[in-house]
Amino acid sequence: MATTTPDPAAVDSQTLTLVQAVREGLYTEMKRDDDVLILGEDVGDNDGVFRATEGLVDEFGSDRVMDTPLAESAIIGTSIGMAVRGFRPVPELQFMGFVYPAFDQLVNHAARFRTRSRGRFTCPLTVRVPYGGGIRAPEHHSESTEAFFAHQPGLKVVVPSTPYDAKGLLASAIEDPDPVVFLEPKLIYRSFKREVPDERYTVPIGEANVLREGSDVAVFTWGAMVRPTLEAAETLAEDGIDCHVVDVRSIYPLDEETIVDAFKRTGRGVVVHEAPQTGGMAAELTSTIQEEAVLYQKAPIKRITGYDTPFPLYALEDYYLPSAARIEHGIRETVEF
Amino acid sequence: MVSVNELQSMYENMVTARHYEERLQEEYLEGKQPAFDISAGPIPGELHLAAGHEASGAGVCQHLRDDDTVTAPHRPHHIAIAKGVDLKRMTAEIFGRETGLSKGKGGHMHLFDPEVNFACSGIIAEGCPPAVGAGLAAKKRNTDSVAVAFLGEGAIDQGAFLESLNMASVQNLPVVFVVEDNDWAISMPKHRITDVANGARRADGFDMPGERVDADDAVAVYEAARAAVGRARDRNGPSLLEVQVHRRMGHFMGDPEGYRPDEDKAAAERRDSIERLEADLRGHDVDDETIDDLRDRAHERVEEAIEWAKDQPEPEPADAYEDVFVNPASGVTDSEPSVAETGGDD
Repeated sequence: MATTTPDPAAVDSQTLTLVQAVREGLYTEMKRDDDVLILGEDVGDNDGVFRATEGLVDEFGSDRVMDTPLAESAIIGTSIGMAVRGFRPVPELQFMGFVYPAFDQLVNHAARFRTRSRGRFTCPLTVRVPYGGGIRAPEHHSESTEAFFAHQPGLKVVVPSTPYDAKGLLASAIEDPDPVVFLEPKLIYRSFKREVPDERYTVPIGEANVLREGSDVAVFTWGAMVRPTLEAAETLAEDGIDCHVVDVRSIYPLDEETIVDAFKRTGRGVVVHEAPQTGGMAAELTSTIQEEAVLYQKAPIKRITGYDTPFPLYALEDYYLPSAARIEHGIRETVEF
Repeated sequence: MVSVNELQSMYENMVTARHYEERLQEEYLEGKQPAFDISAGPIPGELHLAAGHEASGAGVCQHLRDDDTVTAPHRPHHIAIAKGVDLKRMTAEIFGRETGLSKGKGGHMHLFDPEVNFACSGIIAEGCPPAVGAGLAAKKRNTDSVAVAFLGEGAIDQGAFLESLNMASVQNLPVVFVVEDNDWAISMPKHRITDVANGARRADGFDMPGERVDADDAVAVYEAARAAVGRARDRNGPSLLEVQVHRRMGHFMGDPEGYRPDEDKAAAERRDSIERLEADLRGHDVDDETIDDLRDRAHERVEEAIEWAKDQPEPEPADAYEDVFVNPASGVTDSEPSVAETGGDD
């Protein structure tokens, strides 16, 4: 699939962190379309707990940047009603562990409006959720449950890993006619800055991004795990192991073409994610590859993931999250199989 | 009327809780300044301190026994202290140490102590349904224990709270709901989340007694809670209390509170329930020496707990698999490299 995005070097741009790029994306979409509005806890006067909505209430007013009562079910349910009646709501849920009161609304309603009405209603909703570990927060502030949402037909799920993708994927999510769960890896909210074009652009949902070409092993990952994976790939390159690294980016729908092609060129695959292994998205990628490319396979596809425990507190966090060292170890085992 | 002994007991609890939060604040900020870094220092992650909430925990828990259940929200320390949770092990938990209440895996929002039937939830209002369940369990076992759910005024719009009020009412359960109203749900002042200033009025819709304690006053809380806990213990059904408290240390440590007018914070701080209770003690002819002793004892207990906790070991990586299920190591696959084998990033 061709990408429709501009080259940041060729247009006016600014250097932004990922969370600033989210804010920039919200600003751009709200300028473009009066029906785009934000709802959530502390998103207005407090600029959002992670500052993703900084200054937006001053710019657009409290009619479009709405501080809500602390009630996730009501936030998402209200957003659904507005989306069905023609608005483009972008509700924020403060942490992934706060999603569950709204889970019923997302799974039972947002995801099914189109199907239940046989396409006569749509629910163009973008739910922003900071997710993932690595900031020494407790378990319900650190978890990574993208598989819950990917499992529900009717919901799309995306994860940017760069400031550029954050703005572009957010634009795609907001203009998408269906509900999108937009997961923001908060570990890398402020870890680095990159050029982000001032103009509006989109990064299409359903397109993975090849970050590094290689011939020995294809490594698939997303979100905050992209950086340790690239680090591991650099180390392995010194030993002559050539990694092909794919930022999956779109958890649902998966870019099967890019994923399967990456596997076919190497015959080996590794999937890295933060979430626990059982029932995680690594299993889905593995199965997809098996179905399409089993005859290319030279080694078992390895999953390098969080462990099957609730997310642990401080002292154990570094062991839980796949580190560059663990990723390197796993890739090496796969290549040496 | 409240006895002098009970006043002294509440005072000691409240001073312990206040000093505890002041000391945790110091420990927490270590390494996080000048640039605030949430993952640095001896207590990483979030910390929601309850300075200003003391009257609520002390006034309510004064009526409770070890076999009464308490569920607390994300701001739980003062309630845990008043309920008699082991202070040393609780402190070790907050520091993430192996000898903590939850072996250093829970942290400050997840304090659990079966010795005194105390539990927490960091998710807003989610302690309410389990408190209803504890009330139903007490009823079915035919004991006279009660359950108390604490929540903040920011939580009153959650379905879990409203559903719990109804369940407790229709099943006539021994449950007391205590809404701690500190005026602020993070950045949202109460008048922007509800049109009902007196939250106790919600009780009307569930046919249960509701009472609002309008001042930061431990004795007034004690009196209101006596009626509510007594009603529960006598098997006459649930009650709703709304208790005015105040927030002295932001929503979480590091919250710059840019949304909060200075005069609001100053006014809140002037309503110090500890000073008020101290005046009550003097009104009951308790002398300075006794008050100083109570305060010194409280401070000493806090210092001891913090000193002990900081000396405790961190959990071992392999402990992560313990207590997920009864059988350890569930879900481990042979192909997964052990944590010991590969280690962390460094």
